Amino acid sequence: MKTELKKALVKSARAMYKSLPILLGVILLISLANAIIPKAVYASFFRGNPIFDSFIGSTIGSILAGNPITSYIIGGELLKQGISLLAVTSFLVAWVTVGIVQLPAEAMLLGKRFAIIRNITAFVFAMIVSVITVVILGAL
Amino acid sequence: MKQMKNKNNHIRWWFLSVVIIAYLITGLINKNIIASSFIFFFSIIKKIILVFIAVFILMVLTNYFFKPRKLMQYLGKNAGSKGWLISIMGGIISTGAIYMWYPLLNELQKKGMRTAYIAAFLYNRAIKPQLLPLLILYFGLAYTIVLTIIMIVISILQGVIVEKFVGVGKSG
Repeated sequence: MKTELKKALVKSARAMYKSLPILLGVILLISLANAIIPKAVYASFFRGNPIFDSFIGSTIGSILAGNPITSYIIGGELLKQGISLLAVTSFLVAWVTVGIVQLPAEAMLLGKRFAIIRNITAFVFAMIVSVITVVILGAL
Repeated sequence: MKQMKNKNNHIRWWFLSVVIIAYLITGLINKNIIASSFIFFFSIIKKIILVFIAVFILMVLTNYFFKPRKLMQYLGKNAGSKGWLISIMGGIISTGAIYMWYPLLNELQKKGMRTAYIAAFLYNRAIKPQLLPLLILYFGLAYTIVLTIIMIVISILQGVIVEKFVGVGKSG
């Protein structure tokens, strides 16, 4: 039993060590992006066209990363500035489901094909989820 | 096989090196950006350190208790609705940054966890019960309920689609 536990410990420690450079790289990248891009910049990308804005919302949400709380705050601000709920929902969903910054880490640990297809489908689904949510809310 | 593993190891360290070079270049242009990046970096590290330890413990437990055959029963290709439920609930209750969970999912993937369940787990990471009050505060109760339910349903659909393209088992 002791040998089994030791084996499990060594195996897990080895896996964690292997992931360390990727995790550190991703956190460093997120920190750099956070310092470079001012929050006020986001609203300037939207044009007032619901379909185009939904695409832009999904794109910005995919590129940015970080705590979901930050996305709620930015999303709330965007709504106040008159950006449509459709675009803001795309932005919120893509923020938490798509990860361009984490893509190298995801590809290295879970497979390149998996990471690319998962992120592409999550990007498309961010827009679909926003349309369904807004339609249902409109009907409620 | 061994050569491929070594190549993967090198890529991991190259990735970190490239990021450090990006920092050095940015630092030469503007030192303030680097200073605020590091403040943010350490705030993240402080936040995730406990999750990192929790993930490590989970990995040890998984390696100790779940041998591939047993894990296949719960998360393998024949796990069915039990597998969906575990991956959806697992995604929802898991805390910390998404990338913290890649090493554990990598281990589970090697043991035979279905691709669709990994995708569903990652999608449901977006739903955080502890953050729902904040989402309600910003966007209202009806919005939060509708969005949460839709995202759970979509996570299954996404899992199925990703699996169609990638295959049931280990992806390359």
